[in-house]
Amino acid sequence: MPDGAVPVLDVRGLKTVFRTRAGEIHAVNSVSFHLKPGELLGVVGESGSGKSVTMMSLIGLLPSPPAEVRAGQVLLAGRDLLKVDAAELRQVRGAKIGFVFQDPMTSLNPVFTVGNQIMEPLLTHKGMTKAQARDRAVELLELVGIPDAAKRLKSYPHQFSGGMRQRVMIAIALACDPDVLIADEPTTALDVTIQAQILELVKELRQKLGMAIIWITHDLGVIAAIADRVMVMYGGQVVEHAPVKELFAHPQHPYTRALLKTIPSIHGARASRLQVIEGQPPILMAEPTSCPFRARCAHALEVCAHQNPLRHPVDSAALGLGHDVACHWSAQSAEVAHA
Amino acid sequence: MLTYTLRRLLAAIPTLLLISLVIFLLVDMAPGSPLSEIPLTVPPEVRQKMIAAMGADQPVMVRYVLWLKQFFWIEPLYGIDALLGTDFAQGAQRIISWQSKMPVFRIIGERLPQTLTVVGTAYLIGILIALPIGIYSAYRQYSWFDQAGTFFAMAGFSVPTFFTGNVLILVFAVKLGWFPTIYDTNLKVTDFASFYKMVMQMALPVTVLALFNAAEISRYTRSSVLENLGQDYVRTARAKGMGEKVVVLKHVLRNSLIPVVTVIALGLPTVFGGAIVTENIFKINGIGAALIGAIHVSDLPTVQTVTFIFAVLIVLFNLIADILYGILDPRIRYD
Repeated sequence: MPDGAVPVLDVRGLKTVFRTRAGEIHAVNSVSFHLKPGELLGVVGESGSGKSVTMMSLIGLLPSPPAEVRAGQVLLAGRDLLKVDAAELRQVRGAKIGFVFQDPMTSLNPVFTVGNQIMEPLLTHKGMTKAQARDRAVELLELVGIPDAAKRLKSYPHQFSGGMRQRVMIAIALACDPDVLIADEPTTALDVTIQAQILELVKELRQKLGMAIIWITHDLGVIAAIADRVMVMYGGQVVEHAPVKELFAHPQHPYTRALLKTIPSIHGARASRLQVIEGQPPILMAEPTSCPFRARCAHALEVCAHQNPLRHPVDSAALGLGHDVACHWSAQSAEVAHA
Repeated sequence: MLTYTLRRLLAAIPTLLLISLVIFLLVDMAPGSPLSEIPLTVPPEVRQKMIAAMGADQPVMVRYVLWLKQFFWIEPLYGIDALLGTDFAQGAQRIISWQSKMPVFRIIGERLPQTLTVVGTAYLIGILIALPIGIYSAYRQYSWFDQAGTFFAMAGFSVPTFFTGNVLILVFAVKLGWFPTIYDTNLKVTDFASFYKMVMQMALPVTVLALFNAAEISRYTRSSVLENLGQDYVRTARAKGMGEKVVVLKHVLRNSLIPVVTVIALGLPTVFGGAIVTENIFKINGIGAALIGAIHVSDLPTVQTVTFIFAVLIVLFNLIADILYGILDPRIRYD
């Protein structure tokens, strides 16, 4: 994709908090990112890093209360989704932005037929007649690789396997030809062979339909296989962002480096134990004024305790364009210092 | 579904036979004499003859088998005769009330419509009130509406109908005089004036029963809707851009109704039980009042028959609940 292309989705300074009895939890802190047409952006981070909450904030999917999107802009084709009213936002959900969730076993309504659930957004957003919607539903099921599609429309979700249900979820998300598909850990609940099938399917659909995709996962292997760019999240903020090859080759943030080390290798001796990142991700009761990773960081500096690092471009000519990191410590300077 | 229904109906036969035996024996063992209403001046040999005339001197097993034959064979024949004008029964002995010497089924036929009108209306109104309250309470959990609903449901459910009934009579019939204190069973609805009278006399008993039912059903509805609102498929429906109306009234409601329908179906027979009390308070000449009257004078055939009909209703509504369950929830198939 050309680098100068106008982004389909541009998120700036998004802040989301949850109001609880114990106080406010700052789940998303000034997250900014953009998505170019046809691009696949991978979002990684451990559980509780704010990946899902960020994406759900974009289209108002978080229950409010307790969630509250406090600041930011979500520009979809120039329109700020945080400013539009509920009815207009509904027109975006399902029509412009499709969502695929983690657990296909519970994400479909058990008492309605699969056909009914696929046709629903078509009838609502596209104003199709029932017959048109049915034809389109058959088309969609065929597109996601479900055989005997016309017959399967009358089936209920429990008559499908997990992988098949995730295909149905994808069909629903794609029903209205969205510009953006947000996939929230769509393969996490599936076993490995089915995961591979779903990944293949998404790659293929991307080529056919050309929509932009945001893929949330904590599986770096999946990211390596499909993403164009990667955004690493920690403590509700973006800590590193780079094209996928660049990120795997030159990880900058200590958290990213630690994450990459946790990938078990099937090569070489089996002597080494599985690598882990010690400690727990923070629960942010206030907007962070220090680096949220500090407590678990091997390279923590003094400045990290009283200043939350901002994202800044990685300033080496050797490193690729569009790589930025939010860290006071710098891998290069450390390496230079060692040498 | 059909085979399942037939199988369940067949399985109900031994259940009902056992229930009928237990009812028969229990009622028979209860103290009291069918002649307690007869003056003491009647000489013993006459009393003996009266008991023999009613068949009450026979051993309990003989009476039981005779009752079985009458209930399952002769009474249905009379029923068919009454419907089609045939003469299958050929004057065979029916189940006769010891008190009024009338066939028990004729008594039931006279009393049941009153009960059905009041209880049926009350249950229907109860459901119609309870469902929206339950749904909205769950949707706006912990709102003032929900808190108020919870309070009234708790009050409605824990205060017995004989108490609310008397309070309502005292306040609205005696003190304010808005409603009649007596339920006129003979009132026929022919025009608007009589319809108005009917509504007025039904108002208090229906209110008492409806509030009681609504209290229970609204709680079940609320908890069921609440449970479903948190499900993943609800988020999916919202992510598809469905409006809140569709999300709640289509996606959530259909799932939430599954347990609620069971409660409604299973609650219907117990409503007849609750109605016994209410009928007595409001002097409605219904089946419940008939049962209480029969118990007072040890009219065993009536007590046994009416109680057994309640048992049949319970078994029947159990079956209906299970079938509805299968219709509402596609994951359940009975084949």
